[in-house]
Amino acid sequence: MVKQGVIPDELTKPFWDAANEGRLVIQNCTACDRLQNPPAPACGQCGSGDNLEWKAMSGRGKIYNYGVVYDCPIKLLQEDQPFNLAVIMLDDDPDIQMYSHLPGTPVDDVPVGASVEVIFEATANGQKVPEWRVVS
Amino acid sequence: MTTQNAPASMYRTTEGLGVWEHKGKVAAVGIGHSPTARRWDGTAGNTLGANSIFALRKAIEDAGVSPDQIDGLVLDPVTTTGAHWEAGDPLPMDVINTYNQTDDPLDGIAKLSAEWLLKNMPELTNVKFTMYGQGCMSHAIVVAAQAIGEGRAHTCLVLKGWHNLEGRYNQGGVSAAEEVSGTYATGPGRTIWGPPGSYGTALQFAEYCRKYGKSHDMMAPFMANSRRNGLLFPEGYWAQHRPEQLTPEDYLAARWIAKPASLFDNDIPIMVSAAYLFTTAERAKDMKQKPVYILNHASSRGRLRSMTPTLDEVQAETGSTGKKILEGAGITAADLSFENMYDGFALFHQFHIEGLGYRGMKFGDALDFYQTDISIEGPNPVLPSGGNIGSGRSRFWMHTDCIQQIQGRAGARSVTGVKPEIAVSGGPMPMGGNFTVWSATPD
Repeated sequence: MVKQGVIPDELTKPFWDAANEGRLVIQNCTACDRLQNPPAPACGQCGSGDNLEWKAMSGRGKIYNYGVVYDCPIKLLQEDQPFNLAVIMLDDDPDIQMYSHLPGTPVDDVPVGASVEVIFEATANGQKVPEWRVVS
Repeated sequence: MTTQNAPASMYRTTEGLGVWEHKGKVAAVGIGHSPTARRWDGTAGNTLGANSIFALRKAIEDAGVSPDQIDGLVLDPVTTTGAHWEAGDPLPMDVINTYNQTDDPLDGIAKLSAEWLLKNMPELTNVKFTMYGQGCMSHAIVVAAQAIGEGRAHTCLVLKGWHNLEGRYNQGGVSAAEEVSGTYATGPGRTIWGPPGSYGTALQFAEYCRKYGKSHDMMAPFMANSRRNGLLFPEGYWAQHRPEQLTPEDYLAARWIAKPASLFDNDIPIMVSAAYLFTTAERAKDMKQKPVYILNHASSRGRLRSMTPTLDEVQAETGSTGKKILEGAGITAADLSFENMYDGFALFHQFHIEGLGYRGMKFGDALDFYQTDISIEGPNPVLPSGGNIGSGRSRFWMHTDCIQQIQGRAGARSVTGVKPEIAVSGGPMPMGGNFTVWSATPD
């Protein structure tokens, strides 16, 4: 599944640069010792943007939940319907979620709770994006 | 006059605020609806603006007041159902020139300002207070009720209008782009991963079913009840255009959108406007229609920890919302004659009513409750309006129904198994919405 191309912007450039290098990083407030995803200009807890950094993650997680998309609004993905769309919770902090199409997992045969590991796939313009694969 | 969004201080968002200081001092007396349509037909007579003027004039007439007695106007300026006027698309100048314009040529077509309405309703000569309750009718009702309670206005129109244009829901714009920004790609909601609008609710419903041992087919009685009630709502889309019952077989055979959300679990986007006339309880005594008193308004502003709400987050929020609704009205759930909480994804209605504790419900009970008598004739009516599943996406049928039921004007949809005395309506989302408690008496 080829996703829409991504053009990194000021807020998210470190995330996308890391993905191109095969690393998963998540925004972290050093004052609160608190991860947050999606990225934001300020910490969702203390409200300050002064202590935000990008922290390396282990790249491991669990499948928290999933749905199967049959009627996708994104034109580029419509030829791949139906497809899994899962929510991954990170082992580093289960409160932090990421989306995944679970490449390699049959449609609607998703093992909720199973372990996954991050991989990186190229989007339509070559920018890499974190994806997740079930660990056998 | 430039209209501002309501300040956050007008919303009651936290527990422990006690009984609303204006309980029973604000009343709804007039209702007006435009006809419904699936989409705009491109004519000047059926624009968002035209529909809204129609609804406002109906509400004024229904209340029996003269337009010059009206001193307030509250509305939601954002009117899209998911349809947007794409940049570069030619403007329909013949339509635009039919009306008095503001600086924005799409005002009255794909958005709606208070200024546009006042320019095109010259009979509203004494409106001194305008404000936006941005989101949906549930926001506007809260803002208007609070404004009257605070004395900012005395006789106030409350409006919500929707536009729906040609094209499939949310498939234009960024959805059709080949490249998107990094912030968009990492965000929740629509992203490069392609979730449809109902995906988040489908996830919560899936987790709910796993936790409590329930299944999607248990929604069928709720869906049939909603459509049945909707077909008894003459102002609604299905009653006006497609008077078809929704059988359990139809529901279970529907195609998936984001499994476990099927086609019918999504409300159909439509064009429609509705207006209410609110005033002080004192003035309402002398008006044409029976006053329906507002006992409380309450709002939820749930915050997500990450990309999508977990079931725990949803239940914590709806439980808190239920407490706020009841506490501010000075009632218990047992005092509710019926409920009209939001349903515009069908799969989250149970979160609202479980959080409310409707009919003693606890978390995990609602789908079993749906297997019992939830009809308007029974002792436990669920969504007698039929909601947005029953009448199309307006997000205001629930409010209209509460007012009409209590006024004794709900016609064939009237609840008969309970006496309509106190009811609650509101929404939209379990993690964020605005709710109102309506009553036949001020106390």
